[in-house]
Amino acid sequence: MAEDNRIHVMDEADVHRAIARMAREIVERNGGTDALTLLGIHRRGTDIALLLRAEIERASGDLVAYGSIDITLYRDDLMTIGPAPVVGASDLPQSGIDDRNIVIVDDVLFRGRTARAALDEITDWGRPRRIFLCVLVDRGGRELPIQPDIVGRKVPVMENQRVDVLVPALDGRLGVEIAFLDVESQ
Amino acid sequence: MNPSVSSLGKDLVGLEDLSGEQILSILDTAEPFKEISERRIKKVPVLRGKTIVNLFFEASTRTRVSFEFAEKRLSADTVNIAASGSSVVKGETLVDTARNLEAMRIDMVVMRHGSSGAARFLAERIPSSVINAGDGQHEHPTQALLDLLTIRDHRGRIAGLKVCIVGDVLHSRVARSNIFGLLKLGAEVAVCGPATLIPPAIEELGVTSFTHIEEAIEWADVLNVLRLQLERMHGGFVPSLREYNRIWGVSSQRLAAAPRDVLILHPGPMNRGVEIDSDVADGPNSVILDQVTNGVAIRMAVLYLLAGGRQESAEAAKQGGEE
Repeated sequence: MAEDNRIHVMDEADVHRAIARMAREIVERNGGTDALTLLGIHRRGTDIALLLRAEIERASGDLVAYGSIDITLYRDDLMTIGPAPVVGASDLPQSGIDDRNIVIVDDVLFRGRTARAALDEITDWGRPRRIFLCVLVDRGGRELPIQPDIVGRKVPVMENQRVDVLVPALDGRLGVEIAFLDVESQ
Repeated sequence: MNPSVSSLGKDLVGLEDLSGEQILSILDTAEPFKEISERRIKKVPVLRGKTIVNLFFEASTRTRVSFEFAEKRLSADTVNIAASGSSVVKGETLVDTARNLEAMRIDMVVMRHGSSGAARFLAERIPSSVINAGDGQHEHPTQALLDLLTIRDHRGRIAGLKVCIVGDVLHSRVARSNIFGLLKLGAEVAVCGPATLIPPAIEELGVTSFTHIEEAIEWADVLNVLRLQLERMHGGFVPSLREYNRIWGVSSQRLAAAPRDVLILHPGPMNRGVEIDSDVADGPNSVILDQVTNGVAIRMAVLYLLAGGRQESAEAAKQGGEE
């Protein structure tokens, strides 16, 4: 995809400001950091979750439990997309998830199917006290009755566009861009 | 019925048919599946609604139970058929048995059979996926895969390692699958055993042959000790079990002479005091129970990859893109 086909939405400073605000909202919604557990969705959700954790720990001075979750085996389209997608590892936090206040963290919320899969997987692991959904970008276009509790930025995006959240570990920089999908790249 | 097209193809008949890349993809897929068996609720919904028949024409405990756990932990519906007590004893042919099962709309067959080639024979005749759980003296691919995974877990790699398969190589489908898998992943492979139990011309597979167990232990990073298959020995292969143990048995005294720590594998069931001594089987270098644990993860990975998706609908689904 050509670089000039991309729309720049958030730069590094924008993302950091959004993270700082989202971190405050998480602590506020949770009434502190007690029993708080961040759960990043593999792969880019884990990077956003780590940024949020660092910010919450910096601001509050408390340690925050963290885990990651790979929802591949809970996808509702697994048997129709083939060949089989690569399964990543889920990594439960040491503190477990029973009676915890879980914050599911993902980079982009679109159709809501990933969040649905994450809810199912978490239910198989145990029984949290509460579950929040926190995303950096809400692009609209839901196919399930699922809404986020905490959002970095709402970005109205057309069906033929894709939101790319760039993270240093995978992309070398932090930011959010919109890419146009032409027919070949779909 | 749509035969699924996965990165492995429709069936898993043997490692001889796979590339090194495909074998590595199975090992890599098995890694995340290990964790599922450590959960409190050991179940994920990935094969929900799939029907799998475990068709065992030969006795098996470990392999059958391992497959069954793998299937159940992936939420498949399973049926077990043992040859005794089935229509097989009434003279039904293998293909007829399978076609009747097909008529009840199944998705996969896991089969163990006493005849070499039975798995491929069946795979070519039914649209369901066929997984070979051991066919005669041909192959036992999931056993070799779990051996490879266990070796990689403990040594960090396969390529460049020296692996010696010890004992009854002649009757062993495990040995054949191991040789194919190890060579494709770049290991050096040797066999060691009495001449009566080493197939003639085995060197043509690219394998070294040792005539003394002491030489094998001196050379190897890993020993895969095979079971002496007493039930397959009809005449004169070894003089006596005691003599076999004295000459070929893997003992702690013999291992003590090794220049390095030798990893000990055994596919089970063990004849303690015959091919392997108890202090070795239960010793610090033994990874025999790790093999059993890894067996479930490997079988989950194979089931997942074979069940995975149909090519023709891939494009439609991909348009939704990553979320």
